[in-house]
Amino acid sequence: MEKRDFHIVAETGIHARPATLLVQAASKFNSDINLEYKGKSVNLKSIMGVMSLGVGQGADVTISAEGTDEADAINAIVDTMKKEGLTE
Amino acid sequence: MTKTLKGIAASDGIAIAKAYLLVQPDLSFSKSAIDDVTKETDRLQSAIDKSHDELQQIRDSAAKSLGEEEAQVFDAHMMILADPEFTGAVKSKITDENVNAEAALDEVSTTFIKMFEAMTDNPYMQERAADVRDVTKRVMAHLLGVELPNPALIHEEVVIVAHDLTPSDTAQLNKKYVKAFVTDIGGRTAHSAIMARTLEIPAIVGAESVTTDIAAGDEVIVDGNTGDIVIKPSAEEVTKYQTAAEAFATQKAEWQKLKNATTETANGVHFELAANIGTPKDLQGVLDNGAEAVGLYRTEFLYMDSAELPSEDDQFEAYKAVLEGMNGKPVVVRTMDIGGDKHLPYLPLPEEMNPFLGYRAIRISLDRQDIFRTQLRALLRASAFGRLRIMFPMIATLQEFRQAKGVLEEEKAKLVADGVKVGNIEVGIMIEIPAAAVLADQFAKEVDFFSIGTNDLIQYTMAADRGNEHVSYLYQPYNPSILRLIKHVIDSAHAEGKWAGMCGEAAGDPIMVPLLVGLGLDEFSMSATSILKVRSLMKHLNTDEMAKLTETALNVSLTNDENIKLVKENVKY
Repeated sequence: MEKRDFHIVAETGIHARPATLLVQAASKFNSDINLEYKGKSVNLKSIMGVMSLGVGQGADVTISAEGTDEADAINAIVDTMKKEGLTE
Repeated sequence: MTKTLKGIAASDGIAIAKAYLLVQPDLSFSKSAIDDVTKETDRLQSAIDKSHDELQQIRDSAAKSLGEEEAQVFDAHMMILADPEFTGAVKSKITDENVNAEAALDEVSTTFIKMFEAMTDNPYMQERAADVRDVTKRVMAHLLGVELPNPALIHEEVVIVAHDLTPSDTAQLNKKYVKAFVTDIGGRTAHSAIMARTLEIPAIVGAESVTTDIAAGDEVIVDGNTGDIVIKPSAEEVTKYQTAAEAFATQKAEWQKLKNATTETANGVHFELAANIGTPKDLQGVLDNGAEAVGLYRTEFLYMDSAELPSEDDQFEAYKAVLEGMNGKPVVVRTMDIGGDKHLPYLPLPEEMNPFLGYRAIRISLDRQDIFRTQLRALLRASAFGRLRIMFPMIATLQEFRQAKGVLEEEKAKLVADGVKVGNIEVGIMIEIPAAAVLADQFAKEVDFFSIGTNDLIQYTMAADRGNEHVSYLYQPYNPSILRLIKHVIDSAHAEGKWAGMCGEAAGDPIMVPLLVGLGLDEFSMSATSILKVRSLMKHLNTDEMAKLTETALNVSLTNDENIKLVKENVKY
């Protein structure tokens, strides 16, 4: 399993456009990918799940991937996070 | 049997086509226990697949006819449809509880909607509840085997019949096939009316019973000049209206010849005819109708069409596109006019007893200077690409104007210090609050121009809510009281060598135009589609004669109706 911690710096947190792009990025992979925030874990391929967490600015989240393409998946997600200015 | 209805004529023209009812079908169902779980989940999957195909089709069609941006809402819908947490939950409910797919879908969707709506500190998420509702409706329709209206998929000429049309409804319409709008409710300033004028198709609003009196597929005649709707017309009526439609088309062609002509009265006086726009996309209509300027660019659409506050760069691009598109002709940009009846999901405003008298427009801008400064910086940067005029809305006092202008000067100084090129900008105010109209002589010393917003000026002067039908008789643009206020504003501007324009509905109104010519208004800003008609009208007017007529309208007439009669008797249309 690949795991990565993120500190969210974007003013609006993870919603609207960034949430959509994260889900799109995650959905390209076979691995099970989860987003964990404040002890709750949701499927990163689920837009409703991601949005339901209400991740705001300053939040610390963990993303984990498990499966054959877990390393690629995590890398793709890190790229999206940076590109969207979610994290530094 | 032929039936005739009467509504408010909201956009010129005559159309004859089949009715397309944009009304929601009955989606009620009953909850039941099921025996065959596989059959039921298959039924659900089939409804989901059909919904997905439909959305894909709508998305492609919308992208082609309306643009990528409008199409994105359907991407969001497809994403919910493909969401494992959502569809998975519906499936487990069917399997675990042996309930029918309709009940399972409804319960799961209600849970999500409630969850999103409960996020009261996050207006964006509350808005997503609407997406879930839309998607649920589509899947439910397929489960029940009823048809949902899919305006994006219309492929023959139609008259759209609706209770009311919201911006999201009209966003999905393939404009090529839409020949007219008719609605049960709304007035001349309703979204559907403004949209119809932009599309140059006839519209009749407030016709009360169109959705019940007209059936899908009925042949309908819409006369946007008179407000008459003829349902299932006889052959003679069709011929009669076809002739009228041809005459109207001929007249329009006549007007079209004036596209590149200067606007001049019979005695050779020039007036500036400008257009009102909401987005850079409206520019084509502005140029096609030979406008000499943009007299009102309503920037609130930038805010309303976005999921968050539009960035400085996004705004800059939009302003630059309009300024460049106008190719050196002036553009009046009104700073954000949010509040009143216009809300932003991501900027919660306090609940108010009287929103039109409350926290709106410049009052928000001066309070939330972060938002205001972003807009002003975008405008200042864009000013290098054309002839920019900035206008502040809802100014009541000189202090407000000075403060707003001060913020503009501060941002300008900062940009100039950073080496950014800033053009020459005129700075003016909208006159819509009587206090500013009365004190126009003092304002004129400090502003570069005035633009009179008639809808609000009338509503505030008459103390009559313009959306309240019980007091709609007080919407009296020709009342001597209103005309005197307008005269004072124009005279005050001229006394200081400034100009005065008008950017409300009245500027393109055939009764009002002769009076405004008589009062010496400098700039008339209206729906682009009214410009050539007004240019044609002005050719017949003599400013000296109109000045005399206006004398009577201000000092002899006592009522709105007397002035309508006065103009009709003295002006040859």
